[in-house]
Amino acid sequence: MQLTRRQMLTLTAGVAGMAVIGLPFDLALAAVEDTEKAIMDFTGGKKPETGKITLTAPEIAENGNTVPVSISVDSAMSGDDMVDSVIIFAEGNPNPQVATFRFSELSGSAEATTRMRLAKTQNVIAVAKMKDGSVFIDKKQVKVTIGGCGG
Amino acid sequence: MANPKPRIKIPKTASAGEVITIKTLISHEMESGQRKDKDGNPIPRQIINKFTCAFNGTTVFECDLDPAISANPYFEFNAKVPESGSFKFTWVDDDGSVYESEQAIEVK
Repeated sequence: MQLTRRQMLTLTAGVAGMAVIGLPFDLALAAVEDTEKAIMDFTGGKKPETGKITLTAPEIAENGNTVPVSISVDSAMSGDDMVDSVIIFAEGNPNPQVATFRFSELSGSAEATTRMRLAKTQNVIAVAKMKDGSVFIDKKQVKVTIGGCGG
Repeated sequence: MANPKPRIKIPKTASAGEVITIKTLISHEMESGQRKDKDGNPIPRQIINKFTCAFNGTTVFECDLDPAISANPYFEFNAKVPESGSFKFTWVDDDGSVYESEQAIEVK
């Protein structure tokens, strides 16, 4: 098949475009993959389901140095219905892990609040592991105006 | 660095089996290890890496902290109070120092 001049131009433009967009896209993907791997390490290879866990974080954080974040898991916290631990990840941080909470029967309810640093606008993820081995996930995007890492 | 000062907010009394909310804050830089000084050398990481709360010797709540926790780490969590006793709070620094605080609670 003979390529016309017009077809040739669109093709080259397309390839060049891919190359330009491709690079940062790969980088962003790497961080997301890191987080996914860390989630799998935490759950022991189990795919987490949505529900039970609620992650509360502001939609827009003006200062990435201190972003309030709360987690709450729907559980009776007695007998078999217990939350073992909850882990928080920030996908876009140099080190995605934020904190791991471990609860006990004396916790009364599986709720915790803390403040974290966010480098840029990104997804914040919370994963809960129950005593019976089931895992639950919640995700929220936080827009960050001023990043909280480095300086 | 100045000696980290823990602050704890906890009710003085509770009824047996009541679930109370505890708020804790400790003054600490939480140097993430990502920042650089004026000459461009990285500032070594120094954070509090572990926080625990125990009631009469039984662990209530534990947290592993990573550098993404803000300076002056703040925690708010719940605890069930089965009897009179005391809550003991422990923070462990990267350099091995341990900061402790204890608060009594009375069951009425």
